Amino acid sequence: MMPDGTHTLTAFDEDLRQLRELIVEMGSRAEAAIHEAMRCLVERDLESAVRLVEADREIDLLEAEAEDRVVRLIALRAPMADDLRTVLAALKIAGVVERIADYAKNIARRVKRLPKRGSIEPLSLLPQMANMAAAMVHDVLTAFVERDSEKAKNVCKRDDALDDFYESIFRALLTFMMEDPQNIGPSTTLLFVAKNLERIGDHATNIAEMVYFAATGERLVESPEQERS
Amino acid sequence: MIELVEPHARVAQPPESVTKIEVHDLDFFYGATQALKGVELSIPAFAVTAIIGPSGCGKSTLLRTLNRIYEIYPDQRADGEILIDGQNILDRRFPISELRRRVGMVFQKPTPFATSIRNNVSFALSYYERLSRSEMADRVEDALRQAALWDEVKDKLGASALSLSGGQQQRLCIARTLAVKPDVILLDEPTSALDPISTARIEELIHELRERFTIVIVTHNMQQAARVSRRTAFFHLGELIEVGDTSQIFTNPHMKRTQDYITGRYG
Repeated sequence: MMPDGTHTLTAFDEDLRQLRELIVEMGSRAEAAIHEAMRCLVERDLESAVRLVEADREIDLLEAEAEDRVVRLIALRAPMADDLRTVLAALKIAGVVERIADYAKNIARRVKRLPKRGSIEPLSLLPQMANMAAAMVHDVLTAFVERDSEKAKNVCKRDDALDDFYESIFRALLTFMMEDPQNIGPSTTLLFVAKNLERIGDHATNIAEMVYFAATGERLVESPEQERS
Repeated sequence: MIELVEPHARVAQPPESVTKIEVHDLDFFYGATQALKGVELSIPAFAVTAIIGPSGCGKSTLLRTLNRIYEIYPDQRADGEILIDGQNILDRRFPISELRRRVGMVFQKPTPFATSIRNNVSFALSYYERLSRSEMADRVEDALRQAALWDEVKDKLGASALSLSGGQQQRLCIARTLAVKPDVILLDEPTSALDPISTARIEELIHELRERFTIVIVTHNMQQAARVSRRTAFFHLGELIEVGDTSQIFTNPHMKRTQDYITGRYG
């Protein structure tokens, strides 16, 4: 047997390593985009927000590169068993990470909808929610690289907390709107932002299921608790 | 009280669920060297079972026990049971000519006899059956058609088998096996000496034959095992490590040794 589960054909290991790195690169960009979008929102930094929207194209390019690599790997290496599952998971994860980056982009796009001055009380809740969502993205991609099914499962569990957070922000925004009709515009914007963050959590959960399958060959059965959203 | 379960209910099962060959506690020795250790394996009827594993794992040895071809070498010995349709073929009382008719074998390199194409197919037939000239001609044609070779050789049945290409020779060997109407066909790396097109033809042929025969194929080419078989058995150092549906073995093997082998992590 080969040490550490490496392949007899070392070029194959190299291909797999590069593919994993590419996915992680996409993931860390998406994660950074979530943080940056939230900073732009909090600081009403319109200029950086525009730059962030434009930078999304780079993640699209990385997704295309991941697709090319997967096709080449399947054609040239004929991966089997866990290798095959990993390669297919990488392809799917690349697509989902691209969607996650799109949500960050959507958040950046909404910066211009907020008034330049004046405080919007519920806005202070959003960075924490963004941190939770970004951490899920971070951890699920770490789970992918480490082929750690338990870590992936853990990410799935955290989606409930994110959903609960969304619910409480929703109620806070509703109250804020009722206080003064002037608040309706900015509150709606923040509601969309919160919804985007909530969707990022859903996508991280989807990735977790893919990681779990790639690592174990078994499907992660969702508990009724997780299905309620 | 009316008996609700009819005795025919068992016959109504899909044919692939019937076990054709059962191997029990099979040990095999080349002199003092043990090549198979306590093998337990069921081989379904009317399906292709692939045997894979690294060189020296015992896969060809297993094939050689299924028709007792090893017996021609004095120092080789098999212990245990191999039941074909419930009869233990390792029992010395089991007539060897009957076994060889029922269990045909095709080897790695094409092994045509240095005679005409026609004679290659009719040779074994004339040993087993008394047939008139026209019956014989029909059986030869039938076997060549089943082996997907008829159209290529029908105008030159008298030509030497050695004038055929490697792929055609291999299909001739399959026709020769089919002529005596076996139940089981053993294929020992049947395409390893063939080019990709000839290989594809043989694989297509295996695909066509699988509904009428029990086929066991030993192959080094894992893609081939994945393409042609319904069940795959993985052997390592004389032991059966894992057997299962081919799709399961190649997408989600349960044993680490199987996974290491099929993903190329075995060095």
